[in-house]
Amino acid sequence: MSVQIEHDKTAYEEVHPLNAIAGSKRPDPPNALASTMAFAHRALLRIKHVPEQMFDVTLFPIIFLLMFTYLFGGAIAGSTGEYLQFLLPGILVMTVSQITMYTGIDLNNDIRKGIFDRFRTLPIWLPSALVGALLVDVIRYSLASAIMIGLGLVLGFRPEGGVMGVLGAVLVILLFSFSFSWIWTAAGIIMRSEKSLMMVSFLVVFPLTFVSNVFVDPSTLPSWLQGFVNINPISILATAVRGLMHGDGTWEQIGWVVVVSAIFVVIFAPLTMYLYRRKE
Amino acid sequence: METRNGERQANGLAVEAAGLVKVYGKERAVDGVDLVIPKGTVYGFLGPNGAGKTTTIRMLATLIQPDSGSATIFGHDLKTESAAIKSRISLTGQYASIDEDLTGIENLVLISRLMGYTVKEAKLRAAELLSAFGLENAAKRQVKKYSGGMRRRIDIAASIVVTPDLLFLDEPTTGLDPRSRNQVWEIVRALVQTGTTVLLTTQNLEEADQLADRIAVINQGKIIAEGTSSELKASVGTGTLNVQLLDSADQAQATAILEHKLNVAVHVSTDGLTLSAPAKDSSIVAEALGELGKEKIGISDFALGRPSLDEVFLTLTGQSASDQPIEEENS
Repeated sequence: MSVQIEHDKTAYEEVHPLNAIAGSKRPDPPNALASTMAFAHRALLRIKHVPEQMFDVTLFPIIFLLMFTYLFGGAIAGSTGEYLQFLLPGILVMTVSQITMYTGIDLNNDIRKGIFDRFRTLPIWLPSALVGALLVDVIRYSLASAIMIGLGLVLGFRPEGGVMGVLGAVLVILLFSFSFSWIWTAAGIIMRSEKSLMMVSFLVVFPLTFVSNVFVDPSTLPSWLQGFVNINPISILATAVRGLMHGDGTWEQIGWVVVVSAIFVVIFAPLTMYLYRRKE
Repeated sequence: METRNGERQANGLAVEAAGLVKVYGKERAVDGVDLVIPKGTVYGFLGPNGAGKTTTIRMLATLIQPDSGSATIFGHDLKTESAAIKSRISLTGQYASIDEDLTGIENLVLISRLMGYTVKEAKLRAAELLSAFGLENAAKRQVKKYSGGMRRRIDIAASIVVTPDLLFLDEPTTGLDPRSRNQVWEIVRALVQTGTTVLLTTQNLEEADQLADRIAVINQGKIIAEGTSSELKASVGTGTLNVQLLDSADQAQATAILEHKLNVAVHVSTDGLTLSAPAKDSSIVAEALGELGKEKIGISDFALGRPSLDEVFLTLTGQSASDQPIEEENS
């Protein structure tokens, strides 16, 4: 321990352990909602104590939007103003999808520290540990969306779908991101270190987000690539978000996002919980 | 002694395990561990790093599944009734099992809520624990800024938010200074006084001697001796002979004489001046010392005493563990 701590006068306060022994009343284990809320509260406290973790949802969106608008706008669409109309919904999708990976990193850190073991020996509905954290992540994703859309409006983005269209688009993104996060929770349990997890996440996220319709119209691509781009979940989400923001969305587009999200949850939530229980 | 949970207390055992095995790759981390731990006692796992102590505890705490063997905790089967077991046990791991970014009180409120207290009750319980563990002044400080002793205390406090019937403590005092260590011992004794069973691991022989009613010495995944502290000492012999030589040049000859006379392996200290050997019969010891005198080997001091746990441990693990496992039969 460091020298600074050794001089700490609280280190040697008297202990009266008998005062800490609880009486015979043992509370009933918490229900799923109560434990989920407790975990969500923990995630909020972590934001309070480690505010740096909010860089990814505040600085990333700003940098990405400025960078891609001014770097590619002229080249791809002829003008930055026009490109922004096309780009903003897509780059919002890309940014939020990329920050979902931090959910896995938090879990990975919990595992390597001892707290994961404690949670697993508690008489609780185990998924609440993850669901609580993911709910707070939804708040983070909302913040990232708000920042990006706000900045977009300043730069000249004009969503024809109006306020309702934009809100609808954000809701669709939140649904997708919550579902997509389960991939990272599963990966976060499997991977041994934060480093390897980051590497795997980038390997998955970068091709998915770039080889999509986020930056360019897929009709300009070779046909074999078009095939992938069209079934890429990121493209499916970007299409729906674009439609909603510009007021020409269809229920079919939204329906596909719901289907893709459901597939992620159905596969990766049970897989995550299986791994969570079995982790050694 | 009140029982906090009335059901299935029939056989009076907290833990009963038979043939627990856990294999990682080629290594048999735990290799056939049998355990019988009566309720309300402190049971000590004593062994060096990598002996299989932590793996055994993690199996009993439902964190990992044994590859073979079976166990019951308060009569509940480890494989099929883990939910029932979880409501009775608590684990304080080797590394802080709390969120170091949160403050002390935030951690205890979190765990209290997860044990089923309402937010209001959780705050009261957290405050009560902090004051009992001398952490009131550190309540609003992040745990990562705590000293080692404070960290250990908050960790144990988190484990007894609801007083468990069985508490696992994995090396609770490793790395602590003597005063912090005594505080942890005080906490363990208080818990046992109110009926909690404690299963602790330690590398510290004094700790096992001080706290544990029964001790299992573990090496290479096997229990190589089991019993009370005095039974373990007795199993090594009636005592240990320590001989202090004047000149380390005599060491080889002296060792040979003692080994011949006592018919046991002699342990030589690193400075080459102290020889120690288990001694079963004091008249043979006298003969051996006489022989040293005849050979004009200078002795500055000798002592024949009941063996310390250190010597027990050395005797048991010094030989290759599979060679002559000393298995204690206890009534």
